[in-house]
Amino acid sequence: MTALEHQLPVLPVLIPLFGALLTGFLSRGTVSWLLALIFSWATAAVSVLLLVTVLRLGEPISYVMGNWGVPWGIEYRVDTLNAFVLVIVTGIGAVLMPYARKSVAFEIASHQQAWFYTMYLICLAGLLGITVSGDAFNVFVFMEVSSLATYVLIALGHNRRALLASFQYLIVGTIGATFYVIGIALLYLVTGSLNLHDIAGLLGDAYNTYPRPVLTALAFLVAGISLKLALFPLHLWLPNAYAYAPSMAAAFLAGTATKVAVYLLIRILFSIFGIAIVFTTLPIADVLLVLSIAAMAIASLAAVFQENAKRMLAYSSVAQIGYITLGIGLHNQSGLTGSIVHLFNHAVTKSALFMCLGAIVYRTANMRLTNLAGIGRKMPLTTAAFVLAGLSIIGVPGTAGFVSKWYLAVGAIERGYWPLVFLIVASSLIAVLYIGRFVEVAYFREPSEACESAYEPPTSMLIPILVLSAATVYFGIDTRATADIAAIAARFLLGGAN
Amino acid sequence: MRRDLILRIVTKLVLPFILLFALYVHFHGDFGPGGGFQAGVIAAGMLILHSIVFGVRSTKHIAPQGLVEAMIPLGVLIYASVGIPALISGRNFLDYGVFDPHHTPHGHHLGILMVESGVLITVFSTMLAIFYAFSERGRS
Repeated sequence: MTALEHQLPVLPVLIPLFGALLTGFLSRGTVSWLLALIFSWATAAVSVLLLVTVLRLGEPISYVMGNWGVPWGIEYRVDTLNAFVLVIVTGIGAVLMPYARKSVAFEIASHQQAWFYTMYLICLAGLLGITVSGDAFNVFVFMEVSSLATYVLIALGHNRRALLASFQYLIVGTIGATFYVIGIALLYLVTGSLNLHDIAGLLGDAYNTYPRPVLTALAFLVAGISLKLALFPLHLWLPNAYAYAPSMAAAFLAGTATKVAVYLLIRILFSIFGIAIVFTTLPIADVLLVLSIAAMAIASLAAVFQENAKRMLAYSSVAQIGYITLGIGLHNQSGLTGSIVHLFNHAVTKSALFMCLGAIVYRTANMRLTNLAGIGRKMPLTTAAFVLAGLSIIGVPGTAGFVSKWYLAVGAIERGYWPLVFLIVASSLIAVLYIGRFVEVAYFREPSEACESAYEPPTSMLIPILVLSAATVYFGIDTRATADIAAIAARFLLGGAN
Repeated sequence: MRRDLILRIVTKLVLPFILLFALYVHFHGDFGPGGGFQAGVIAAGMLILHSIVFGVRSTKHIAPQGLVEAMIPLGVLIYASVGIPALISGRNFLDYGVFDPHHTPHGHHLGILMVESGVLITVFSTMLAIFYAFSERGRS
């Protein structure tokens, strides 16, 4: 291994962390944006390099902080799954940064812009830290780092309700993090270790000796992380947070924050506790399936009735998270592949949609659906990009959304859950309703007053939008990069049995 | 002169000793209770006492708000940068052994002292920034 390769696992956390500190230290609007851009791209580059390295080696890479050996020191452990999640998060960040400059300059007061980029980079560092760290308590620390930065990002929203939304998320997020710590503390109690890989090895014996603390830990961890990832009845913080956050923050968080929480859930369930404990002792699979179906149906229906376009997308996010947890509940090769590939596909799709809305806000300063009448004639490219990404949300063949739903449906059939296939298709039809509602308003009505003077956003915003919405089609046709890696990760999680 | 003559003079006499105590707590942190966090709070307490007696305006003359706000990320930057020499020399991040290759514990000692200095700067400036923020409420 070369020197750079040796340091690779730690770089995705270090680069944005240093970026954030420099941005905060210099504290100048445009310079901050440039720094954030450079550091985001550098982080994305090392993440791709890390994924390539992991795929080439075919085994997890371990890195110990300060040369303190495992299990005492903090270990960063990178396998296919978290390298893939790193690429998702940093990729979204990298595409968003050119877009951010104009959008942030429009929505955020000039003296706060530098702090916005600082918080964005801290949030990025925290999310990547959760993903890459192999130490249970270190994961908690990064969870707090990313959450605190997220609260600030949301509170910087233009609307005063952003403060309330941020506060709601703060309360819920703190409860989630507390539950996570309680779970970790119980695991520490029975295994005496905080290293996730080490806990996984010790947990079998510990479960035989102390079954109750282990099951309690499992319950706390699943409930806590479910709050963070907005699993259906625990999703109430999400719609307001996404609706009132600045457009750039909403696009970033919608693509990344919940995905990282889902990653953590997958890691805890499959790598730490293992299928034997999780899916035989507690009805976690059934609970996940039921809640996922509820999310797909109810949150999609709620999205149909939203007046605010951003809230509509936020409810759609809750529904899409339902698809991801559905695959976890199925816990077979196809289902889990569907989940992991949907992390990627949904991140790309939903970020593209939020970026389109951000561009519309930039030109019309409006988010009410009724006021967006005729926007399709005034901003044809942006609206076309929205519709294209919307098709991926619906899951039309040839788009990224179809690939994940296909895997999920196959996973459901393999389990013999035929009605599930019907429900997946039915919830897609509800998605047709809310995306169709936007299409109807945007194309088939006379331009409203707010849209009369609107025109295409600046090129620096338009190009990232078009890139991401083209990506939803590209990854719907060429699945080698996404579905194959997801399949490798799923096979690894299921113990290579399939 | 104003009524609080004794207060002003005693404060002036006490201030350097508070700072000295802060530095003692900082450098003695390896052997006794204390460290960068506590030292930062004590040092910030010195300036807060100064501003209570002499007014916020004169304290801002000594520690301008812009400087204080720049020191918050600076401290963390120092903290994180301490791990960089190890990274460059091919060791793992935060491996303080790099500071004294012949005697690893000495290197660790030095590394921790530098990290604590970063903590001191950040805690000191954060405390002061919070105090400034509160003292300005309802003024403008």
